[in-house]
Amino acid sequence: MSDRLLVGTRKGLFVYDRNGGWSITGRHFVGDPCNLVLHDPRDGAIYAVLSLGHFGVHIHRSDDGGLTWTEVGAPTYPEGGEESLKDIWALEAGGDDQPGRLWAGTLPGGLFLSDDRGETWRLVESLWNEPERQRWFGGGADVPGIHSVVVDPRDSKKVGVAVSCGGYWRSEDDGATWTVSSEGMYAEFMPPEGRNDPAIQDPHHVEACATHPDVLWCQHHNGAFRSVDGGLTWAEIHPQPSKFGFPVAAHPTDPDTAWFVPAVKDECRVPVDGKVVVARTRDGGATFDVLRNGLPQQDAYDLVFRHALHVDETGDRLAFGSTTGSLWLSEDGGDGWKTLSKHLPPVYAVRFVR
Amino acid sequence: MARVTFTPVLDRHLDVATTSAAGATVREVLDSVFAANPRLRRYVLEDHGGLRKHVQIFVNGEMVADRRQLGDAVTGSDDVYVMQALSGG
Repeated sequence: MSDRLLVGTRKGLFVYDRNGGWSITGRHFVGDPCNLVLHDPRDGAIYAVLSLGHFGVHIHRSDDGGLTWTEVGAPTYPEGGEESLKDIWALEAGGDDQPGRLWAGTLPGGLFLSDDRGETWRLVESLWNEPERQRWFGGGADVPGIHSVVVDPRDSKKVGVAVSCGGYWRSEDDGATWTVSSEGMYAEFMPPEGRNDPAIQDPHHVEACATHPDVLWCQHHNGAFRSVDGGLTWAEIHPQPSKFGFPVAAHPTDPDTAWFVPAVKDECRVPVDGKVVVARTRDGGATFDVLRNGLPQQDAYDLVFRHALHVDETGDRLAFGSTTGSLWLSEDGGDGWKTLSKHLPPVYAVRFVR
Repeated sequence: MARVTFTPVLDRHLDVATTSAAGATVREVLDSVFAANPRLRRYVLEDHGGLRKHVQIFVNGEMVADRRQLGDAVTGSDDVYVMQALSGG
């Protein structure tokens, strides 16, 4: 199991270690918003994305477990153009056969890649120049954002990205060409004739089962979906007690198991009845357990962002953090939860060091 | 040479000691500074080269007018201040 947890928050990055009990052992960038954190299992590096309100978005890397940090490069839109990096909503490692490869999903809708551990970045122009991209629009922000990048561990050239609002896109040639791939999703926020338009869907987060990468899970703006064919088609599933939410965590080895953290609905982003619960399926989405043991069940108004739920490499240990600064951890697949903090800044990202 | 001073708020992110820099416009002066401190550029300018929305530049106490091209004139001993705008926080 993973004994280290990285927690990116509105006011810094905090490292939890399990030494008997879980406690904070590292405090980094205190005061600065840390939107995303990535532990790269290929070389042990940790990346922190700082979204500084006045001074732009910056990426820092640590090669010694967080003792020291170095600012690396950041995705940069072409000088002289109209666009500028507004935020980074996804940061993921490439395949094992691509040392140094990182993918970054950004606002206003550009996908970037680095082949030198973040020192330099280039815009993936094939997707940026895709005509269908012109129909993307903002979801949760003024402009479209790429928030999920899924790299197939069997073939690193197979990459999927999810866009709010632009649907799910697949490439099978390392990003040279792209195909929109949202069949089965529907959009309640569109007029009837646009409901099934694949290029305007609003997936909130997409994750794949690591050992069965054709199985993908999606928490969407108005529902949840599962694919068993690598994202070619999607079928709706029904987390309880509601279908709205942001995160989903895919079990690393069991393709039938995933976790969601539902909220009431788009226009009321709080837990149903003020009770924080986790919805878990262990049968491919046919049924859901509503897990609440150890979670607040009265007047709790915590929302969990898309990167703020994570599962470790065993599938037994999970953690999630909320907009009101709570952090919970389970050692048994979600059956029971313990509170690690009620006092963190708003939590943006939670990652185990796998 | 203009004298260029940066908001101390940036101190926590990188070295921004007051410096002297040559140039006939704000753009040229900043380019001189960035040549010696390349990381600083992205803290001050957007990708497209314009001034970040929540950064202000003053030349001898006057707020610059041309935020996109940074064409405001700078002469020999001018004081250039790069400040954090309160609008951003």
